[in-house]
Amino acid sequence: MEGFKSLINYISNPTILFTAILVGFPFVFPPNDWFYNVNKKLKIDKLWTKKGLFVMVAVTIVFFVFGLGDSDFRSIVLKPDNVPISGLIILLIFFTWLSMSQAYENDKLMDEGKPVDEYYEAPNDKVLVWPDLVYVELISLVLFSAFMLIWSIGLPAPIEQPANPSESPNPAKAPWYFLGLQEMLVYYDPWYAGVVLPSLIIVGLMAIPYIDRDPNGSGFYSYKNRKLSASIYLFGWLVLWNVLIVIGTFLRGPNWGFFGPFEYWDSHRLEALTNVNLSELFYVKWLAMGLPSNILLREAPGLIIMFIILGVLPVLLAKTLLKKFYDELGYSRYAIFVSLMILGVLLPVKMYLRWFFNLKYVISMPEYFFNF
Amino acid sequence: MSEEVKTKIRIRPPAALGKVQEEISAPRRSIISWIAVGWLAFVAAAGGFFTMILRFFFPNVLFEPVQTFRAGFPDDYTIGEVDLRWKEKFGVWMVRNDDGIYALSTVCTHLGCTPNWQPSGQKFKCPCHGSGFRITGIHFEGPAPRPLERYKITLADNGEIIVDKTQKYQEEKGQWNDPEAFLKV
Repeated sequence: MEGFKSLINYISNPTILFTAILVGFPFVFPPNDWFYNVNKKLKIDKLWTKKGLFVMVAVTIVFFVFGLGDSDFRSIVLKPDNVPISGLIILLIFFTWLSMSQAYENDKLMDEGKPVDEYYEAPNDKVLVWPDLVYVELISLVLFSAFMLIWSIGLPAPIEQPANPSESPNPAKAPWYFLGLQEMLVYYDPWYAGVVLPSLIIVGLMAIPYIDRDPNGSGFYSYKNRKLSASIYLFGWLVLWNVLIVIGTFLRGPNWGFFGPFEYWDSHRLEALTNVNLSELFYVKWLAMGLPSNILLREAPGLIIMFIILGVLPVLLAKTLLKKFYDELGYSRYAIFVSLMILGVLLPVKMYLRWFFNLKYVISMPEYFFNF
Repeated sequence: MSEEVKTKIRIRPPAALGKVQEEISAPRRSIISWIAVGWLAFVAAAGGFFTMILRFFFPNVLFEPVQTFRAGFPDDYTIGEVDLRWKEKFGVWMVRNDDGIYALSTVCTHLGCTPNWQPSGQKFKCPCHGSGFRITGIHFEGPAPRPLERYKITLADNGEIIVDKTQKYQEEKGQWNDPEAFLKV
């Protein structure tokens, strides 16, 4: 039992956990034909059958029930703030399963030449909102309000000591829905992780219907017709948002250090995490000289790298790997698409750079509050 | 819901619409003036509401803690230690080294949480995003982009230390070399 716990603690290390998720993701949510065929061949699509749902939920519940035997795990999971998150993990599995199983079901129906499940012979091309939809909404509203009332009485929000600006709780955690943001803030400067990235998420979501105008498979669940779109979306939603929330909730302990789920939250644990900026790496470590006093010269390595990534790379991709997209989307839509993709990918890239090379900022200009 | 009621509901919208159209076609003028009255009332209410909100931004009493305080005599501080006695009240860490004393701000330069002094690791460690600062205030861990700020520290005529929080010194601007950023003892 102890061996299993230390194994879980070991693989909960973000470098291992995140790498496993990144490697496994395209096989579960295939972005192209090759992965799609492997997915079928390895029968990973069995996850989206009723049996698959049962297994996924059962494994999660068994893990939690087993974990409750451990006092460290119990103290995290049974914290009133965290109880809903454990529930949400199961809800997340369920709703991902629901859409994926529906999508695979429809794929099968389309292969057989049958109409999809959502197909509805509407009289006069109209679907009635009143009474059908509004009644469902009213009933959900009443039930949900009742549920929230009972929940808030049964599991009250924890009242802690009065607010004191000179004493931050350790660890100081954002509300669960912001823990993904808080995790991003560890790797990026506040203006970027706190302002630009959240705005980009919203703008990017709004841009989806303008970038992806492919009518194939729109209006109903389907995977086969839009593998890449579904995979990209699910990557952003599941990995770059939900996994970060789970990491922030269960794996971040005192002093915002990483702790395994069965590890004691020792606020005195010391970690040596001496971070360096790219400019320091470049000039001090590699060239063995002092930092230039000119800011632009000092940050030249980072600025050049960022220029290549944001200025040159999209052009290169348009000519080579993403030529198909460039021709399909046209100049402006391609530019928006590829910028959003690159900035999205830079998040896990930066996380890895921090974990493996202790890299703090690629561009560091604290004089002008500009760090990246 | 019974079949009868359902049919009624489905028939209703077009019928109701017809009725409204009839009403509009007859006494149009009176309706317009009523709309004007309604809008005026709305604008007045909204205006009053926003005036109240605006008033809220100018409170009658403003709580502003004292920015300058006397921090005792230099001999009160041990060499090589971080003194926490003014942390709670003024948000200042007093540090004395071999050469003198400096007053560090307790506000993390990342997002403004209050770090904790870890004697075992000789560092200030922030609980919000894991930023770490050396005893000098220099940032070396986590996302904090710049060192902790120092406050103006001088001696009064009677030999007491005076810390002035209105004046701060930032390392990245080269201000730590300012004589008032560091009290030589």
